Amino acid sequence: MQKTPKTIDSILAGYPPHPQNLISLLQDVQAEYNYISPEHLALICDHVGVPVTQAWAVATFYKSFSLEPRGEHEIKVCLGTTCHLKGANRLLEACERDLGVARGRTTEDLRFTLDTVKCVGACAEAPVVMVDRDYLGRASLGSLKKQLKRR
Amino acid sequence: MKRIKNAAELQALRQSLLAAQDPDRPVVRVCLGPGCLALGAEKVARAFKSAIRNKKIKAKVRPLIKETGCHGFCSQGTLVSLSPANLFYVRVKPDDVAEIVESSLVQGQTVERLLYSDNGTRYRSAAEIPFYRVQQKIILKNVGVIDPLDINDALRAGAYQSLAKTPAEMSPEEVLRTVEVSGLRGRGGGGFPTGFKWRRAVDNARENPGPVYLIANGEEGDPGAFMDRAIMEGDPHAVIEGMVIGAYALGANQGFLYVRHEYPIAIQHLSIALQQARALGFLGKNILGSGLDFDLQINRGAGAYVCGEETAIIASLEGRVGEPRTRPPFPAQEGLWGRPTIINNVETWANVPHIIDQGAAWYARLGVPHSTGTKIFSLVGKVKNTGLVEVPMGISLGRLVEEIGGGVPGQERFKAVQTGGPSGGIIPYELKEAFTDYHYHPPDLIPEKKEISVDFDSMAQTGSIMGGGGMIVMDDHDCVVDVARYFLNFLQEESCGKCLPCRLGLKGMLEFLDRFARGQGAPEDIVALESLGQALVDGSLCGLGRAAPNPVLTSIRYFKDEYLAHIVDHHCPAGVCRDLITYSIDPGVCSGCGLCAADCPEACISGKKKKAHVIDAAACIRCGACQAVCPVDAVHVA
Repeated sequence: MQKTPKTIDSILAGYPPHPQNLISLLQDVQAEYNYISPEHLALICDHVGVPVTQAWAVATFYKSFSLEPRGEHEIKVCLGTTCHLKGANRLLEACERDLGVARGRTTEDLRFTLDTVKCVGACAEAPVVMVDRDYLGRASLGSLKKQLKRR
Repeated sequence: MKRIKNAAELQALRQSLLAAQDPDRPVVRVCLGPGCLALGAEKVARAFKSAIRNKKIKAKVRPLIKETGCHGFCSQGTLVSLSPANLFYVRVKPDDVAEIVESSLVQGQTVERLLYSDNGTRYRSAAEIPFYRVQQKIILKNVGVIDPLDINDALRAGAYQSLAKTPAEMSPEEVLRTVEVSGLRGRGGGGFPTGFKWRRAVDNARENPGPVYLIANGEEGDPGAFMDRAIMEGDPHAVIEGMVIGAYALGANQGFLYVRHEYPIAIQHLSIALQQARALGFLGKNILGSGLDFDLQINRGAGAYVCGEETAIIASLEGRVGEPRTRPPFPAQEGLWGRPTIINNVETWANVPHIIDQGAAWYARLGVPHSTGTKIFSLVGKVKNTGLVEVPMGISLGRLVEEIGGGVPGQERFKAVQTGGPSGGIIPYELKEAFTDYHYHPPDLIPEKKEISVDFDSMAQTGSIMGGGGMIVMDDHDCVVDVARYFLNFLQEESCGKCLPCRLGLKGMLEFLDRFARGQGAPEDIVALESLGQALVDGSLCGLGRAAPNPVLTSIRYFKDEYLAHIVDHHCPAGVCRDLITYSIDPGVCSGCGLCAADCPEACISGKKKKAHVIDAAACIRCGACQAVCPVDAVHVA
């Protein structure tokens, strides 16, 4: 399922040049390219009229932005309270061992990024793992591996 | 869709929609709430649709498949309810769909094995199940019933009726007065009186004319809470209607829905709802002929817990780093772009249409004095019936956990309940007796047992807070030191770092707890930890830092023994803290299957096939992989 990413120009054209649109623009670029490159960051700053330092501060403050390329698929292990009680940390460690990457990092083949999330609001089915936009409830390393194979 | 110009046209549309509905047409409601989605509800919904499309089913009328929001009973997902047969099926898998279609929809029979059963009783309809019986669904009335992507379905269920009533029958001042008298308090956690906040904004705008802004706070960052998610996904029009009524009372023309980016479905449903509401004229210019111009836009949060704080939301909406600032001035005085701004939680906004519809006096009678109305909780953790529940304020904690939640599986009682997320506390079961004095009840509602009342003020008395509504039940296998440490770790990562008490204080507190979890430290350290916590309470800039010590302080207050067990006895009674436990295999139970040895990352489990295996305790990293994989539960923790 390859789609051509929207060009940066068309993303910028979607918002009036005003500092209040900085975060929305960063979000759109992140969603389209999986990360925010230095070039894109500079273009966004020019568009909305804020210094790069401010955009940098914003991009590093919020957790949903990445300044490094991310993997094709994102695995997010939920570390909400309920998931914590139901062994999410162990699951996360097992994922780290299995994928061979630490949390927050991407596998060398750029296939998967292993990350954590603070709660996806599906606490009743804890522990939960999100793979891209799909929820995996009552997750175990086994069930997660099965999911990943299909991708 | 034609724009509706006045209340009369809305009534006409609603009547025609209701008339067009066939009351005998079977409706299948598949729950696509957060819990069921995680269990694959989408596949169930797809199976229903294809079963109905493909087969020439002999039913007189083609059944309608509705994909709805959360039905609430998450632990039994995927949930499917059938009307008018009034059947409620639980744990439905895609493979069950064919049978449901054939038996229930075509032949009108019940699939017994898919009914919810408990202690030998089978329940045909949801209303009979104990989990639902005690609840009082007002805000959640339409969640799980309507199709959230179809405004016509919402209109049939009564959406925008309160809005139609406001300009026709009430002045803005009357709306404001109604909200004040209802006693509605902010559902986000603080419990600040909503009417008071609104009044302040109106007064400020009068003195200093110019725009007023409204914000719905959907940055539901508390881990273990999904009330707002369920409302936004299941009944987005309730939030929109509440905000338009608010705009009428407050004279606002622009509003923002600030939603967590971790909730993509909520964002999608809200944006579809906005388009539909705009097309019908519930948003835009001259709404329902009242002269009110108001529109809403969605802003996605960017992943920062502190952005649940109102001044941080404002900073984020202005495109800045989400750092809170000192209050006063409060946002109702100087908020977004320096203008009076009203920020209410999503659930608070969803309360407004009901208050307008049924009146302040009706609302004030719900719940208990000072904490009126109902509250939605996400009841999760080590409890049998997990899910989303709506109960009147002032219900007893024991009733909530034991009657609705069905108690803790395999244990006589729960050990503790964690409320209010990282800003809340850990409340033990025992407190039921000790806190009778704080219990607040109208005379006709005095409970038989003396228990903690779940309302804003009683919860604050325990040292916790009501919070957004997350209720995480803990059992004897959960360690309070570990949970307190978990929250501190969470908060020190999420602290924005602007003020020193929070930035450094949290790290300092975490160091204490890290040592406790390793069995180190001295009893005096507990006193030092408490005093450091108090410094954060007194000195932090915003609510995040001021409430951050709550989990630690309450757990010390109620579970000091457990702290001492770690520090003095070097023992974790719950068997959680890794440095204080050992794993062993019970040779009497072990079947010698070898699964644990294959999964052990340190390769420290040995044993012959079909013979009991042994863990080398010196090499064991206590990852728990063996326990997770053991098919006969032979791995024990001590």
